[in-house]
Amino acid sequence: MSLPLGNERRMSQVLNAQDLTRYYSVSRGAFKEAAILKAVDGASFTLERGKTLAVVGESGCGKSTLARLVTMIELPTSGGLNIAGHDIVGATSQTLRGLRPKVQIVFQNPYGSLNPRQKIGSILEEPLLVNTNMPKAERGEKARAMMSRVGLRPEHYERYPHMFSGGQRQRIAIARALMLDPEILVLDEPVSALDISIQAQVLNLLAKLQQQHNLAYLFISHDLSVVKHIADEVMVMYLGRVVEQGTRDSIFKKPQHPYTKALLSATPTPDPARKRERIVLKGELPSPLNPPAGCTFHPRCPIAFEKCGRENPNLVAHEQSLVACHAVNDPYPETKAA
Amino acid sequence: MAVETLTQKPPGPLLSFWLAFRENRGAVIGLAIVCFVVFIAVFANFLAPYNPLEQYRDFTKLPPIWAEGGNWAHPLGTDPLGRDMLSRILYGSRISLFIGLSVMLVSAVVGVSLGLLAAFWGGMVDVIIIRVMDLIMAIPSLVLAILIIAVIGPNLTNTIIAVTIVYLPRYVRLVRASALSELSKDYVVAARVAGVGPWRLMIKTVLPNCMAPLIVQAALGISDAILEAAGLGFLGLGAQPPMPEWGSMLADSKDLITSHPWVMALPGMAILITVLAINLMGDGLRDALDPRLRKS
Repeated sequence: MSLPLGNERRMSQVLNAQDLTRYYSVSRGAFKEAAILKAVDGASFTLERGKTLAVVGESGCGKSTLARLVTMIELPTSGGLNIAGHDIVGATSQTLRGLRPKVQIVFQNPYGSLNPRQKIGSILEEPLLVNTNMPKAERGEKARAMMSRVGLRPEHYERYPHMFSGGQRQRIAIARALMLDPEILVLDEPVSALDISIQAQVLNLLAKLQQQHNLAYLFISHDLSVVKHIADEVMVMYLGRVVEQGTRDSIFKKPQHPYTKALLSATPTPDPARKRERIVLKGELPSPLNPPAGCTFHPRCPIAFEKCGRENPNLVAHEQSLVACHAVNDPYPETKAA
Repeated sequence: MAVETLTQKPPGPLLSFWLAFRENRGAVIGLAIVCFVVFIAVFANFLAPYNPLEQYRDFTKLPPIWAEGGNWAHPLGTDPLGRDMLSRILYGSRISLFIGLSVMLVSAVVGVSLGLLAAFWGGMVDVIIIRVMDLIMAIPSLVLAILIIAVIGPNLTNTIIAVTIVYLPRYVRLVRASALSELSKDYVVAARVAGVGPWRLMIKTVLPNCMAPLIVQAALGISDAILEAAGLGFLGLGAQPPMPEWGSMLADSKDLITSHPWVMALPGMAILITVLAINLMGDGLRDALDPRLRKS
């Protein structure tokens, strides 16, 4: 279900996810059966060196669960996940331990992601301390080198996280993630907690580091203007399912899925002259514990028809993207609602 | 660089703690008294005019100097056996502080270990540890302490064991609760992703962030342990005579409360002052360590 791969692309591929799912069982009290929450339901994608895959969607659509799966904090309920040539599903804990350094993560909230009791130096050195036998002096040298690469000054080495601003903390978090020379960096809304001016600085830093280290980024965001700036490929999620997947240009220039269209129309543009047609979705995001039958988007879809409430659409190639929508892939013009 | 030299260095954690602690006058007074008591306990053998066990049969039930018939040879008087009250109270501070500190240390160490285990392993480990702690808390503390002493026999070491068990649940629950709230934070996930193993995660990552409430609990726990041990001593289940323990001194002299009240009042005062000072200091610690209560 992923995009067809050329040989060249397969070479640079560092992560391959096939039909990744993660279900949680949610207890609803003593006398009720536990409900199943489908946080991620069948996502397939690949990450390549030097490229960025952006995952967009509303809160609660499974973006962060995807991040937890890719960083191996949680194992998938089903589906295949292959990182740097090793299968995660069924792997021994030793293999997992060996793979840990390859995938690192930067969190959304820079105030919660740094240990308040550790100095910056020891925050940066900890990954090396637990994963390598590097002597102390060499660790310190590496930490200082990384600090200068992310734009921190040498005297910051001895300071505690509470002495830094949000943007600086995010730089520290990025530096920590890069200490182990990872191949994949998961960025879980890395700039959404930052000021708009700082956002640009951090995004430029990320772009620079991606080039220098030839990193694959999994960039999770709800901010489409940021995604447009940084992404190579885009994956749009709705209630745990991928609804559209394609290159940045195909998604932004020619969105196919009605949900993608609505998301794009909601992005503000700093151009008062441009008239925008705002698509306003009806209703609220349904509870993921009790998703609608058929296409999960159909109760809010402006072009839903009878089949949408019955059958869940598959992700099918349409023009340059993969789209999961009956109206796009298999339209019945006569039954289409207005 | 000129700007760099002008900016003031932010105060270190110890200095900023002291600045916050100093705000609370009661706490500073408490700290001073606690230091004084510790000083007495350490140097009791130099400060005490007599051996606390020696009986001066010529001077039994001597009143303190400010009462009628007081004698400068025994400034705080003597007890019914003629032992010097001042010396006994000075030496008693050793025993009380020893009990308080050892109970605090043992229950803090054991409580931290159990609390961290419960928080990290969850599941059955958590359920068993927390249920046992609930069981301990369900029985009134003194009753449980008496029960434990009845089983293992009354002496100083067993008093410490009994009081430790009685006060264990506080530490376990405190550590478990704060470890659970720390575990959900992103920096713990980041450490896991970086490959930090469970033991290092527990001790190096999570525990230092649970220390503030623990330090307060430990400080207040000293005074509770002193009181509990004195209670056991009063019931004859703690330190055994002729050891000059404040609680058992109270018990020995309880028949004299109408005729010679000072014999009972003096050790009582010693307990009161020590416990009050530790509590005042503990309150100040809590205010200084909790940034939400800090008036900066």
